[in-house]
Amino acid sequence: MLEIKCPYCGPRFETEFSYGGEAHIERPKDSENLSDEQWGEYVFMNSNTKGVFLERWVHTSGCRRWFNVARDTVSYQILAVYETGTKAPKLDLRKDV
Amino acid sequence: MPARFRLTEGGRIDRSKPISFTFNGKVYQGFEGDTLASALLANGVHLVGRSFKYHRPRGIMSAGAEEANALIQVGEGARTDPNLRATQIELVDGLKAASQNCWPSVEFDVSIVNNIASRLIPSGFYYKTFMWPASLWMTYEKIIRNAAGLGKAPEGPDPDSYDKTFAHCDVLVVGAGPTGLAAALSAGRSGARVILSEQDATLGGSLLSEPDLQIDGQPALEWVAAARAELEGLDNVRILTRTQTYGYFDHNFIGLMENLTDHLPQSAKPPKLPRHRLWKLRAKQVVIATGAIERPLVFSDNDRPGIMLASACRTYLNRFGVKPGSKAVVFTNNDGAYAAALDMHKAGIQIAAIVDLRAYAEGPLTEQARDAGLRILDGHAITATAGDKRVKAVQVTRLSDDGESAKAVGEHIECDLVAVSGGWNPTVHLHSQSRGKILFDETYACFVPGDSAQASTTAGACSGSFGLGACLSQGHDAGLAAAKAAGVKSRKKGSAPQAEDPNAPGGADRDFLPARWLWLVPGDKPLGHGGKHFVDVQNDVTAADLHLALREGYRSIEHVKRYTTTGMGTDQGKTSNVNAIAIVSQYFGCPIPDVGVTTFRPPYTPVTFGVFAGRDIGDLLDPARKTPMHALHEHAGATFEDVGQWKRPWYFPHEGEDMHQAVNREVRACRESLGVMDASTLGKIDIQGKDAAEFLNRVYTNAWLKLKVGACRYGLMLGENGMVMDDGVTSRLGENHFLMTTTSGNAAPVLAHLEEYLQTEWPELEVYLTSVTEQFATVSIAGPNARKLLAELTDDIDLSAEAFPFMTWRNGRVAGIPARVFRISFTGDLSYEINVPASYGAALWQAVMTTGEKYAITPYGTEAMHVLRAEKGFIIVGQDTDGSVTPIDLGMDWIVSKTKDFVGRRSLYRSDMDKPDRKQLVGLLTDAPDTVLPEGAQLVEKIESGPTMAMVGHVTSSYHSPNCERSIAMALIKGGRARMGQKLYSPQADGKVITCSVSDVVFYDKEGERTRG
Repeated sequence: MLEIKCPYCGPRFETEFSYGGEAHIERPKDSENLSDEQWGEYVFMNSNTKGVFLERWVHTSGCRRWFNVARDTVSYQILAVYETGTKAPKLDLRKDV
Repeated sequence: MPARFRLTEGGRIDRSKPISFTFNGKVYQGFEGDTLASALLANGVHLVGRSFKYHRPRGIMSAGAEEANALIQVGEGARTDPNLRATQIELVDGLKAASQNCWPSVEFDVSIVNNIASRLIPSGFYYKTFMWPASLWMTYEKIIRNAAGLGKAPEGPDPDSYDKTFAHCDVLVVGAGPTGLAAALSAGRSGARVILSEQDATLGGSLLSEPDLQIDGQPALEWVAAARAELEGLDNVRILTRTQTYGYFDHNFIGLMENLTDHLPQSAKPPKLPRHRLWKLRAKQVVIATGAIERPLVFSDNDRPGIMLASACRTYLNRFGVKPGSKAVVFTNNDGAYAAALDMHKAGIQIAAIVDLRAYAEGPLTEQARDAGLRILDGHAITATAGDKRVKAVQVTRLSDDGESAKAVGEHIECDLVAVSGGWNPTVHLHSQSRGKILFDETYACFVPGDSAQASTTAGACSGSFGLGACLSQGHDAGLAAAKAAGVKSRKKGSAPQAEDPNAPGGADRDFLPARWLWLVPGDKPLGHGGKHFVDVQNDVTAADLHLALREGYRSIEHVKRYTTTGMGTDQGKTSNVNAIAIVSQYFGCPIPDVGVTTFRPPYTPVTFGVFAGRDIGDLLDPARKTPMHALHEHAGATFEDVGQWKRPWYFPHEGEDMHQAVNREVRACRESLGVMDASTLGKIDIQGKDAAEFLNRVYTNAWLKLKVGACRYGLMLGENGMVMDDGVTSRLGENHFLMTTTSGNAAPVLAHLEEYLQTEWPELEVYLTSVTEQFATVSIAGPNARKLLAELTDDIDLSAEAFPFMTWRNGRVAGIPARVFRISFTGDLSYEINVPASYGAALWQAVMTTGEKYAITPYGTEAMHVLRAEKGFIIVGQDTDGSVTPIDLGMDWIVSKTKDFVGRRSLYRSDMDKPDRKQLVGLLTDAPDTVLPEGAQLVEKIESGPTMAMVGHVTSSYHSPNCERSIAMALIKGGRARMGQKLYSPQADGKVITCSVSDVVFYDKEGERTRG
């Protein structure tokens, strides 16, 4: 079970959180002008990265806030936790947070 | 009277506290401090079970968690556990234990014919034999299970209670042998929060079997007692004994199972204590000090009762005061096993011979044995054994120089005990579970821990350091380092405990070397032609089985493992895996590391199912949510149904009524006079903020900006994929204030959906969401007399159709209670939903019931509500939709805005949405008006003779409608709206066919006059 450091509440057990898939996918503002394929890309096609993955979590049983996590999907090492709407910080691959 | 093989003194048993127990129905005596295994051996009982496949007689082969043979069923009836290791079962007064896997008894087992016919049961036998025909597998499986079953399931629900707890610590030390104790002491002294876990009932580990050693100038066990006293005096240290650290998971999450009451007689168990407790532990640092397990030798017929690990013999002698035999042969490839020979010799067991695989036996203990005059046969091997229910003799033969073969004629040596040692395997399980690397150590010929993957270290024998001195100093250093790494600023530093071994040359730092690695000891016959070289005694896998798998082309050790089942028993190959890997490497002529290791998986030893359930059983499995009026419904005799976690009245049967009659009466009442329903469970979300209307406009398919204060509107919510997710009525309470309702089961997902979009896509919107489901109680009255009733209960709301039209709400007082009244309807009849603060819910319900008597007010439940709404063709999300249904599929185009964006909008324009064969919501009318289609029934266009027919859709809702005086159904049918009037058929499981025709989905009051009137 992962230990996730909520940016607002601190480290908590994974069971308090829900997973939100890939981060940094912005909802298209001009969906009118998108082809079916482009829209399908947004709705259905997420990356399935082996290695460092930027992903969304929400502290469901806590503050209920969404945030982003940089996690290695092989080692499950969490490299960074940062607020929604901000860019991923520079990652130090050797260090857990 | 002491048992025959009990020493008169010595050991850590209390001879003043006798314990009686039964094994296979016979009563025996043991002492406090015994395990079941030691007590049985004290009574001369070696035969304790039958093997899994061949049903060969088996005895006790170890003295610890690695036991692969002596698997025991303890208890009876509902309170029983299978597959417990006799070596770990603490003896307790009244213990009832039995052999398993034997019929009719362990002494005489019918399936022993499997042994005689063993050449017909090679590896992969089950795969090869029972594949064909596939249809007979169920029959085969029953027979196999019966023959091979490991233990019996309890006969009733578990009467014991179990518990779970979370914990955090700076340093977890696993194992309380010398290494773990030294680590716990140094970490504890530094001020770190330490948990020391030990699977045994007592601390000391290997020291319990080697009491002659000295630490810090005192006998080892006195040092252990002093260490325990010191640790118990530290309030930052917790000691968990009888606790199996069974799994090492991600982010230093550790699973431990603490056994609290199994060692107590039933009458002495504190009733408030759970039987077992699951510790869910997050440790900043872990020191793995799990020691090592002795490795057996693979030789011909090495599985007879009385053949056991040399270290186990020492444990039975020194810890339990039990002689495991009278006349022993020691069979070894290393110097370490001579300690067992010396101890047994001292205790009066005759050492018939020490058979040593090494060409020249040497080493500090070997010399001691030589000095003691023990007979050493070096360059020899045991090539055969004899004895049915107990070993009675061995054949000892001189080895060829290369160790590959043995001379034909050997010496016959009688004995009743064979003490075996093939070296030692560090217990790297937890390290490996944590994804730490495993390396092969050429010197000790065993796998040792490599780099850690998590915040953990290994120390002592577990890390491949076998001398006591090294264990103590490594443990000490590991404890200090772990405390420091956990961020603890050391208060004081002690020094590492110092070990001495006054008796043994080589001192306390000697290990078990020198040794000779001969993985497969030759027998007197070629491999596979008489005599079995067992590698895995639990799963009855022999060296010949491994060779066969390799001849058949298996290469990967993971495949060899699965095909032969070696290492796949409940013991997970603690004593067999390394031997198997070595035999495979030898077959290929490649180095052992090239073969690799199989994966170590949790649990280290089996864990009771009960601890994973803990208290989450029965009523505590899931919360039951009840409305403020629940007690009144119970009093009225309601039958309840679960809607999510809510308990909702399903129907209110009168005396003598069945469900059908009750529901018909309730449905009629709502159309003819007056019905009342508890609608408090509807999800309610309070939405405020200057952008609230804009927010609703984005999450609902229809327009919300112009909704007037005081008005209500029905809304459909979609996922981004365009599929219907929820529906409900939302009311504008103020310019920047709305109250949204959701379906009862969907309140939490809807709130989460709204929060997600608000936080991640539109953070610029100023909107605040608050769940208020439980703040309000809702009484819904429906029927032609609803207005009259409400008029009697309120004097400050103008109820005229003009002043209070359909789809509006008003504030006022109802029955003297401050209320918000919504004129909305899910029944299709004149209806008001009265919201009051939850604490007034019961009072309002009672007032409505009393005042409504003159209208024969009828409480109705969810079933009547379903019928009423189906008469009107109103959908229930999750019943008439299934996550693949768009508003267009439902024929609800009227609620989908074409002029604004909303969540899911673009998906409605995907080319797939235009397909003419999309399933669409329609009504179905059966030809026979009394026949009610089963919900979920499939529909076809024509009945074929074969079993496969092209299906065109399925029934989503189906009821008898008293108001239509016939059955009605809703269904999702391919291209349904173009099929109006078409006949469809529903073949039933019983062979009958229900014929129906496609209709409009609104069955009653199509113009909606009743609702608006």
